[in-house]
Amino acid sequence: MFEIFGIPSNALFGQLLIGLINGSFYALLSLGLAVIFGMLNIINFSHGAQYMLGAFAAYLLLQYSGLGYWPALIVAPVLVGITGMIVERLMLQWLYKLDHLYGLLLTFGLALIFEGLTRNYFGSAGLPYTLPDSLRGGQNLGFMFLPIYRGWVVIFSLIVCIGTWYLIERTRLGAYLRAATENPTLVRAFGINVPRMITLTYGLGVGLAALAGVLSAPINQVRPLMGENVIIVVFAVVVIGGMGSIMGSIITGFALGVIEGLTKYFYPEASNTVVFVLMVLVLLVKPTGLTGRAA
Amino acid sequence: MTAMTDDSIPVTPRAIHDEMIAFGIMAALLLVVPLTGIYPFFVMQALCFALLACAFNLLIGYGGLLSFGHAMFLGTAGYCTAHALKVWGVSPELGILVGTAGAAALAVITGLVAIRRQGIYFAMITLALSQLLFFIYLQAPFTHGEDGIQGIPQGRLFGVFNLANPTILYYVILAGFLFGFLVIFRTINSPFGEVLKAIRENEPRAISLGYKTDQYKLLAYILSGTLAGLAGALKVFVAQNASLTDVEVAMSGQIVLMTLVGGLGTVFGPVVGAFIIVAMQQYLSGLGQWVTVIQGAVFVVCVLTFRRGIIGEVAHYFRRSL
Repeated sequence: MFEIFGIPSNALFGQLLIGLINGSFYALLSLGLAVIFGMLNIINFSHGAQYMLGAFAAYLLLQYSGLGYWPALIVAPVLVGITGMIVERLMLQWLYKLDHLYGLLLTFGLALIFEGLTRNYFGSAGLPYTLPDSLRGGQNLGFMFLPIYRGWVVIFSLIVCIGTWYLIERTRLGAYLRAATENPTLVRAFGINVPRMITLTYGLGVGLAALAGVLSAPINQVRPLMGENVIIVVFAVVVIGGMGSIMGSIITGFALGVIEGLTKYFYPEASNTVVFVLMVLVLLVKPTGLTGRAA
Repeated sequence: MTAMTDDSIPVTPRAIHDEMIAFGIMAALLLVVPLTGIYPFFVMQALCFALLACAFNLLIGYGGLLSFGHAMFLGTAGYCTAHALKVWGVSPELGILVGTAGAAALAVITGLVAIRRQGIYFAMITLALSQLLFFIYLQAPFTHGEDGIQGIPQGRLFGVFNLANPTILYYVILAGFLFGFLVIFRTINSPFGEVLKAIRENEPRAISLGYKTDQYKLLAYILSGTLAGLAGALKVFVAQNASLTDVEVAMSGQIVLMTLVGGLGTVFGPVVGAFIIVAMQQYLSGLGQWVTVIQGAVFVVCVLTFRRGIIGEVAHYFRRSL
């Protein structure tokens, strides 16, 4: 154990780790938002609620069907992703030709419905989610104590983020997706089913949010309003990073999480506001966002 | 903004005539409320929200800017007025002035930041700014955090009108509402309002005609924020408290909902919407969280099937502008 600025390193690295974990949630969520916006032209305001639904799905799977953490990591995002696709088919698909604001308003309404319903049935208090034995405990790294689960969340999120980046930027499917984002009519003319791709894209984005929710369940507990604040921070992340680039979303998400963690350590009073303050600064200096392209 | 204005009706002298008549009917109805025995507190609260929604509508309906953080003006003005009345002990008229000025100052500062991005980003930025302000108010000592500022003295307006009397308070609130409403009405029918509509329809064209669109948008934003502040200042006298719920995201969402239900971009829609949503909260308050679910469902239904809103539909049916 050593000291930095007269404060034990354990606390600093602890906050840094929490920052990295929040950063991985921001990255997963802003990634999904960016992918959805690219294909659907909709800002998915229910993204935070779907993150919460992911956590609830994991909780319910454990309570009622005995499916533990590992299966839930796949089943919960798939389930929530399917509900997302149903929502897209029933509602969102009618909005693509309208002004962006209607998509925002509709998904805001959906978020209210999801959060209201879960509060009705589960109350506002947090429900604990127990971890499997294999992820309990921790490792003393010398300069800090690393709980295994927290390390796992950071590494796994990073893998998922990079996997999504690879899927979109480096595979044939991703090429179709990017092409359909640029010019859907032309891509349809080539015989590709663009409406189905849009549905799957929304499912993917929502699934990523739900995955973040499952990852966060053991750390932050399962609460109906767990997504309410997160989504606003993620909006700020998106404003800072811009939605033009997948890698940009990932890096901005992680970076802001780390900055938030460091603020919690050096000046705790500002930890809730630092991301918003940074957003203001970025808007003043470089209004188009860090990754450049205009809205 | 093509979607919103597909069926908009051009403002003609006849249309303004219609709106004048509608305004007369609305003012007359509101003037006789204390004689009818309707619970005045409910109407006063609805009037404050109606002004708030009208101010919000000025920005979205005529400027095409969706602000998802309008609660910050409501809350800021509320805190400023409450603090001035309770701690500084100023007179009510000065208290209202302090609150409105506070909201105006906030509008200038946040406007300079938010105007830098267009469309959907504008909504996200205003939302984030209001959340920033929420956390500041949560920690600032003068707001008393979770408790809020309570037990605010109502006092005598201009030293004459005793605001503790519900009937007098009602007419003061009504006067404030009508003043704000007329300012908005005048604005949207002025050359400035016409330029705003032009920017909403086609900003590049407005720029190429030589208008400095950023300045127009900023001015509309400041005007909207200031009038929202007036609503917040008036609300302090009705509720006699100022609390964090007025700065929350949920409040901003309700302002959007009121305007959407009544009709985006209509003159009277936000007023009707505000009365409906406030009444809904009043009568459904026993249902707890179901109110949130119902509000969410109203959002979804409005967006999918009812985008013109109530007044918008009425106006469309009669081919009138309201």
